[in-house]
Amino acid sequence: MAKLTLSQVGKTYAAGSQAAVSGVDIDIADGEFIVLVGPSGCGKSTLLRMVAGLETVTEGEIRIGDRLVNHVDPADRDIAMVFQNYALYPHMTVRGNMAYGLKNRGESRQAINDRVEQAARMLELTPYLDRKPRALSGGQRQRVAMGRAIVREPAAFLFDEPLSNLDAKLRVTMRGEIRKLQRRLGTTSLYVTHDQLEAMTLADRLVVLNGGKVEQIGAPLEVYNNPASTFVAAFIGSPAMNLLDAQVEGGTLMVEGHRLAQVARDAGPVTVGLRPEDLVLSTSGLPLRIDYVEELGAQRIIHGFIGDQPAAVADGSPDAPLSDIVHVTAARADIHLFDTTTGKRMDLPAETQIAEATA
Amino acid sequence: MKRAGFDSRWLPVFLLMPQLAIILVFFYWPAWQALQSSFYLEDPFGFGSTFVGFENYLRLFRSSEYLRTAGFTVVFTVLVTFFALSIALLLAVKADKVLHGARTYRTLLMWVYAVAPPVAGFITLIVFNQRWGPLTEFFALFGWDFRVRLDYTDTAIAMVIASVWKQIPVNFIFFLSGLQSIPRAVREAALIDNRSASARFWTVTFPLLAPTGFFLLIINTTYALFDTFGLIDTILRNNPGDNPITLVYKVYVDGFRGQDIGGSSAQSVVLMVLVLALTIFQFRMVDRRIHYT
Ligand SMILES: Nc1ncnc2c1ncn2[C@@H]1O[C@H](COP(=O)(O)OP(=O)(O)OP(=O)(O)O)[C@@H](O)[C@H]1O
Ligand SMILES: [Mg+2]
Repeated sequence: MAKLTLSQVGKTYAAGSQAAVSGVDIDIADGEFIVLVGPSGCGKSTLLRMVAGLETVTEGEIRIGDRLVNHVDPADRDIAMVFQNYALYPHMTVRGNMAYGLKNRGESRQAINDRVEQAARMLELTPYLDRKPRALSGGQRQRVAMGRAIVREPAAFLFDEPLSNLDAKLRVTMRGEIRKLQRRLGTTSLYVTHDQLEAMTLADRLVVLNGGKVEQIGAPLEVYNNPASTFVAAFIGSPAMNLLDAQVEGGTLMVEGHRLAQVARDAGPVTVGLRPEDLVLSTSGLPLRIDYVEELGAQRIIHGFIGDQPAAVADGSPDAPLSDIVHVTAARADIHLFDTTTGKRMDLPAETQIAEATA
Repeated sequence: MKRAGFDSRWLPVFLLMPQLAIILVFFYWPAWQALQSSFYLEDPFGFGSTFVGFENYLRLFRSSEYLRTAGFTVVFTVLVTFFALSIALLLAVKADKVLHGARTYRTLLMWVYAVAPPVAGFITLIVFNQRWGPLTEFFALFGWDFRVRLDYTDTAIAMVIASVWKQIPVNFIFFLSGLQSIPRAVREAALIDNRSASARFWTVTFPLLAPTGFFLLIINTTYALFDTFGLIDTILRNNPGDNPITLVYKVYVDGFRGQDIGGSSAQSVVLMVLVLALTIFQFRMVDRRIHYT
């Protein structure tokens, strides 16, 4: 177990091509569960694989514990990796798969056996120890891959979308198991996913990547409540946050000519972010022309347009009748403001800002 | 849809007819002929034949010349198969590392494969030419007077080298595609689990190549036993003399040159039994362990 430090880490695959990852700084505390999240192609796997030693580091430094590992062999980094397609050795039994890494490190037979048996018990794999991977279900293979990582007792676990080959239900179960297991073992973990829900539920801290750069690092709720940019705002949370072009006119935030809130800002264009679940139906406010409604049971998602900008509202009372146009409002604390050109968050939510201004 | 019972029964048979006819005419019929004539002693001038029972077979196994040929064939097959497989595997592993080069590599080696056996044999003759063959000169540097077709061992060596050379490309292609079909993540997992490259090769890569390797083992054995005929014939310039020959070549020499139809047929039958045994062995192995996914 150890901390993990990435400083100014970058990766350029071919000379002259665009960097796949650049300027990444992350300090991971001992025992912390960090989730790298971002859209496809943003460099999550690349970053993880650099930590594993499967890709060369073209810029910056990676430290595991206090040891600089940029040029250390993957086998000597004291990490264990769980791959998306499990990457089990098809010619070895479950036991063989788990024992392989330990054998190569010259552990005693007795020690290997004990650890394999223990991991198998923990993952409920004991009945399958002598089977080959092809005779296992997807979920069982996934657990073997976990077991293979656990028995090594590494300084850090690296996961590259380990659940994405499982069906939705199993994914939720395994997600919980991974989290419990990590808590119990207290092993520092770096976990890659493109599923924001998985990221939210697993992480101690999220690292949102965009185009190879860190967009925001923070605890899930912190990122959810205070997205640092429109990118993060749109990526974290489901359904996605509504981002609307708006104007500040004389301290009033106007969306498509309708008043939304008072803000202490200079006049000019802004992007306003409103989470569908923060919007409430009311008699006044922004008019939403309904396009279609998704019924989810406990709630319904109303999709429509404010002016000609698309917007969604999560409505918690799905039985109430709807007219063609509804009005929505949001509490001041739930209004996020972003710079229209840079997409960066302008500052704290409106309420805090007003509170500070009056204080 | 209504189906006529008549059609569904006879149509497949009808469609298979050409194939069945070919097998019948070019395999079963000659095989049957061989089996039959192996029990007869044929008059060299074709004036009739006498039933002799197992005499032809007994004569075969009492003949020291036949046993010597059989011995050579075994050694030859083992050597050709071993070197053709191991050299190809080595090349494939190297090529797999520099994947970009693999394509040109592949094309180059395929050329050798495309070379027809007589041409291959001819090239071998040039390379081993007594007076100016490059390999002969190379061996001469070490004080080795290499004499193809004059020296039993030297001829055998030339045959093995030519046969191996000819078979490497096929093996290479199969090994390379076998290597490339090993999932990248599995190799990477091994990279994390094992620091020694050679240990990784023997514990992960090699076992995963086993299906390909086993298939090639059968192919190469068959090749060395039977398909080297053309090459050997060219090297021996159709005149074996005291040089080593393989069993298949002996069938030809005894049957067509020696006009010993009965003995030659008996030899063919022995070879057919060998093929049968190989096939059974292959099916049993494939059924058993060498299958992963
Ligand atoms: N071996 C490689 N050679 C060249 N470019 C690569 C290589 N691997 C990845 N890239 C590029 O680097 C960028 C980041 O890729 P990466 O695989 O890290 O994305 P990712 O975030 O893991 O995406 P996904 O969610 O689809 O797995 C992509 O633009 C990709 O095209
Ligand atoms: Mg990826």
